[in-house]
Amino acid sequence: MNREWLCVYSLWLREMKRFYRQPSRVIGALASPLMFWILIGSGIGRSFQAGTGEASQSYLEYFFPGTVMMILLFTAIFSTISIIEDRREGFLQSVLVSPASRGSIVMGKILGGTSLAVTQAALFLLIAPLIGLRLSAAGWAIAALALAVNGFALTGLGFLMAWRMNSIQGFHAVMNVLLMPLWFLSGALFPADGAQVWLKWVMVLNPLTYGMAALRHALEGGRSGLASLPDPALSWTVICIFAFVMLILSAKAASRRSAEDLQ
Amino acid sequence: MSSWAIQADHVCHLYKSRKRQGPSAPALQDLCLHAERGEILGLLGPNGSGKTTLFRILSTALKPTSGEVRIAGLRLSERADEIRQKVGIVFQAPGLDAKLTVRENLLHHGYVFGLWGRALRQRADEMMTRLKIDSRADELCGTLSGGLKRRTELAKGLMHRPEILLLDEPSTGLDPGARLDLWRYLRELRAETGMTLVVTTHLMEEAEQASRVSILQAGRLVCSGRPADLKKDMGSDVVLVRSDEAETLQGAIRERFGLTAKLSGGELQIEHGEGARLVTQLAEAFPGKIQSVTFRKPTLEDVFLHHTGHRFWNGGEEKIS
Repeated sequence: MNREWLCVYSLWLREMKRFYRQPSRVIGALASPLMFWILIGSGIGRSFQAGTGEASQSYLEYFFPGTVMMILLFTAIFSTISIIEDRREGFLQSVLVSPASRGSIVMGKILGGTSLAVTQAALFLLIAPLIGLRLSAAGWAIAALALAVNGFALTGLGFLMAWRMNSIQGFHAVMNVLLMPLWFLSGALFPADGAQVWLKWVMVLNPLTYGMAALRHALEGGRSGLASLPDPALSWTVICIFAFVMLILSAKAASRRSAEDLQ
Repeated sequence: MSSWAIQADHVCHLYKSRKRQGPSAPALQDLCLHAERGEILGLLGPNGSGKTTLFRILSTALKPTSGEVRIAGLRLSERADEIRQKVGIVFQAPGLDAKLTVRENLLHHGYVFGLWGRALRQRADEMMTRLKIDSRADELCGTLSGGLKRRTELAKGLMHRPEILLLDEPSTGLDPGARLDLWRYLRELRAETGMTLVVTTHLMEEAEQASRVSILQAGRLVCSGRPADLKKDMGSDVVLVRSDEAETLQGAIRERFGLTAKLSGGELQIEHGEGARLVTQLAEAFPGKIQSVTFRKPTLEDVFLHHTGHRFWNGGEEKIS
């Protein structure tokens, strides 16, 4: 069997094992978004208006796909923090001097993070029927695909940031300054419709807006009456490009050999 | 097949200095070093001598600034990927995943080196039995003692049957018993498989175990040879004199015997062909000025001092007057 695929498989397997051996991570990645969803969703309740007539949604409904995205983001990003630990503890070093290519290392890591993110998000999706979301088999499949592409893009983004970083504290700072706004302004928390013009522009330029839209389309079908939501074709195109670019940039970053590979 | 496992010729390495720190001293300067197939080569040097840099270069983690390195007859600059398949590496920082079991760590390493299926599982079992960690196969590595971790590390480095095994300070964090075990195993390994072992160390007694030692200081090779030969080549015993007036005595010894005594740590050291005779002469010549005078056969530490004029400890910084 091809050595590169074995390396990808091995690193992927490692992510799975590590994650499920730390129950606090499994719970943490689900519990806080669930709490956000219930508290913020119920708190804002009726003061929120999106769509009209048949298409009108409660905030709990509106915020549901946003919460799924939050779970994806948290799980994907936190899985890449382990790169910083791996480097410090010496595990990464021993992989870097193996015959495996840097591309396989990146791929194994990103696919691992993606699988974790998708699984966690899918677990949350199981409560979809409780809020009246009925999905057909095809609907589930498209939703899963949307989770996968989004998860891949976010893990790639996390990899790119974690690769050269040498402290977990630094990573948390970046997470707060960059990643949280990325999520806030993706349409996860509020639609672009009622936002200020400048904010609308930020949202238009945010690649995650399209990931969010792809997910919303998959979950809500044509029910969403939001004028500002990018159409499915555009959403899928942008999120696929986003995922691809993250993969390429991560592979590029990892292929640069430097003394900082070793610590 | 070349008879050399490792050939390093005129290797220089300069770390790129961080901004505004000015040029830093080269980590390696025109270093030439060879390891024969099937030998245990000890790389001995104080901290900062360049042995870690050399280790990184040999492990293909770092490209030297200049010079040529061949490993298993292959040029490092062109065929690093093939070299990696032939070299096993045990880093000083443990490369184990603490959240995986002993077996899982070995399997992971095997996959990365292209092993899989039953052959991989058999190899992992074989290595665990050889290193006597089979009873711990399903324990998480994070819960193992230092000695067991090091054995797991060694099993991991040997999974892909390398021709050459590189070990960076392998006895760090091991108690004396575990250290003896480790060396016993390394010697067995060499005897049974003909594997070449390169071991860096800053411990004299460890270097004594190697079949050949290369001593490094300040990025240069100081000398190379079998430990016994290096000591014999000094051709002399070491006479140690303790005195309250060490400095006056130093001058007096030079006047009276024409001998150079090196003063270090309040102690005078004299290299002399006939240690026993000099001890008596000194005791007779300076009654009342000497607290103690002894002689011994030279150690590798004396070899280091002899060649560099520096004491081995304190990073070889302390100049001997």
